[in-house]
Amino acid sequence: MNNNSQSIHIKRDILIRLVNAFDSGDFCKQTASIPYAMRPKGAEVPYRCCIYKEREIIKDRIIADLGFSVETTDESEKLEDFALKSLNNNEIEENPLTVIDAACKGCVPSRVYVTDLCQGCVARSCEKVCKMGAVTIAGGKSNIDSSKCKNCGMCINACPYNAIVKLIVPCEQVCPVGAISKRENGTAVIDFEKCISCGKCVAACPFGAVNEKSHIINVLKAIKNGNKVIAMFAPAIAGQFPGNIYQLKSAIKKAGFYDVFEVAQGADITTRNEAKELEEQLRSGQPFMTTSCCAGYNSLVKKHLPELQPFVSDTKTPLYYTSELVKEKYPDAVTVFISPCSAKRKEVQENKNIDFVLNAEELGAIFVGRRIELFEMPLSQYDCESSKQGRNYGSTGGVSAAVESLTDKNIPVKSCLIDGLTKDTIKQLKTYAKNKVCPDGNLVEVMCCEGGCIGGNSTIANQKIAKRFINSLLEQSSDLK
Amino acid sequence: MNKIKVRICSGTTCFVMGSSFLNDLYDIIPEKYNGQVIVEPSLCLGQCSKSGKHSKAPYVLVDDEIVAEATIESVISAIDKKVSSNE
Repeated sequence: MNNNSQSIHIKRDILIRLVNAFDSGDFCKQTASIPYAMRPKGAEVPYRCCIYKEREIIKDRIIADLGFSVETTDESEKLEDFALKSLNNNEIEENPLTVIDAACKGCVPSRVYVTDLCQGCVARSCEKVCKMGAVTIAGGKSNIDSSKCKNCGMCINACPYNAIVKLIVPCEQVCPVGAISKRENGTAVIDFEKCISCGKCVAACPFGAVNEKSHIINVLKAIKNGNKVIAMFAPAIAGQFPGNIYQLKSAIKKAGFYDVFEVAQGADITTRNEAKELEEQLRSGQPFMTTSCCAGYNSLVKKHLPELQPFVSDTKTPLYYTSELVKEKYPDAVTVFISPCSAKRKEVQENKNIDFVLNAEELGAIFVGRRIELFEMPLSQYDCESSKQGRNYGSTGGVSAAVESLTDKNIPVKSCLIDGLTKDTIKQLKTYAKNKVCPDGNLVEVMCCEGGCIGGNSTIANQKIAKRFINSLLEQSSDLK
Repeated sequence: MNKIKVRICSGTTCFVMGSSFLNDLYDIIPEKYNGQVIVEPSLCLGQCSKSGKHSKAPYVLVDDEIVAEATIESVISAIDKKVSSNE
């Protein structure tokens, strides 16, 4: 799901400037000047109607980067005051995503639309095929009555000229649970009762109107205040930066962290426990079990598919086990999960052992702001070398392969991969729960993002490159025993 | 005739700003220019160290010409310009 559009470029530019502002010693003033530094007087106006709107949207993006909701902010409040508030604030807001109203407003509501290509033909297949009676021919052209149209798309397929199209709203289109929709005034709003924080809308919006609320200032503050700040990076992060994970450890420490752990270490514990659990479940006659490490999936089951819960593994996530190990070694530490995923922000809120989350973009911004060149970093060893299987948790198929490798060979295990949550794959999962059987296997691995965590919405690297980086790490790693 | 040399920056700033999406150039360039253009990764080209210059990353060097905010298309067009001026 990662992409490389211009809106992503702007988001990262802002994050880097925010790190520079923090390090300048005059955070509030420097932060307040970012919109003007990015769009100075007389500058070209590349995207919006005027320079004032561009600056306003940059301001809103900064508010999200400071950790606040944009929806509920008072527009008259100065950016300088938000910056000050973020310095004094230690609370993390509950919902990880926020919509920037001013940046949205771009697209028309989703509907079926007759284009000028309509020939007003004699066949009138569009009119005939419509069960709602929404299509009529007037003035030699097909017309759709939006009050009757149910967006089924039958007329689109029936038109011999391909003259009818469906206008889509990208965020609505990608949201697997129907949590984001356009209001009457045209702006998108997230229903947080339904939202599983998967972040697909963040990556899909061509206007960059959905933002994660960042913890970057919380992390920079914790480092500055002299806390022992510990980084735990997800297996997928190994594919997100140039150099290898030993250089990555040095780089993270140079950025001010006290110690660095691979979450792959916790993944090895997850694998052991889940393999044991799978054996027990299958022996006791349970038809199938699903994995439980994906935060987006766990949230989906909780909010939308409770009937699937009995089939979900009770084993904890790799992050859970890793954070336990970290807190054992450093009880007074401030812990930060480095992640490609926005859904994990929700999991972290429910775990007292983890304080904050940084995504790959945010960690990258800290590297850039603090002039840390990964290729120049020396190698730092890890206390514990994780296994090949644990390090491959971030790619689709990695988790199930790991669990399979440790399961009793007398029990036949067949993996079924759900590679990305969509409206269709959710239906598929629903059927498994309803029929209490999965025809495609007895170990169901669910990844919310296509390709696995390396396809997360907050990644930096092209998925192919991420995979290549991780594969070269796997070649040097040993099998889990 | 000297071969044109393309160097894609793989420094941290360029990588964070999306240089991994230029990776297809390693396949496209040799094929398109029949080996007349060499493409290779480079350590930090030093462009971003000037203040505020990170916003123009990723950078690519086509012979001695810097392409800022590089995309696959803009790098190809910079190479094409060089090729036609060399002819």
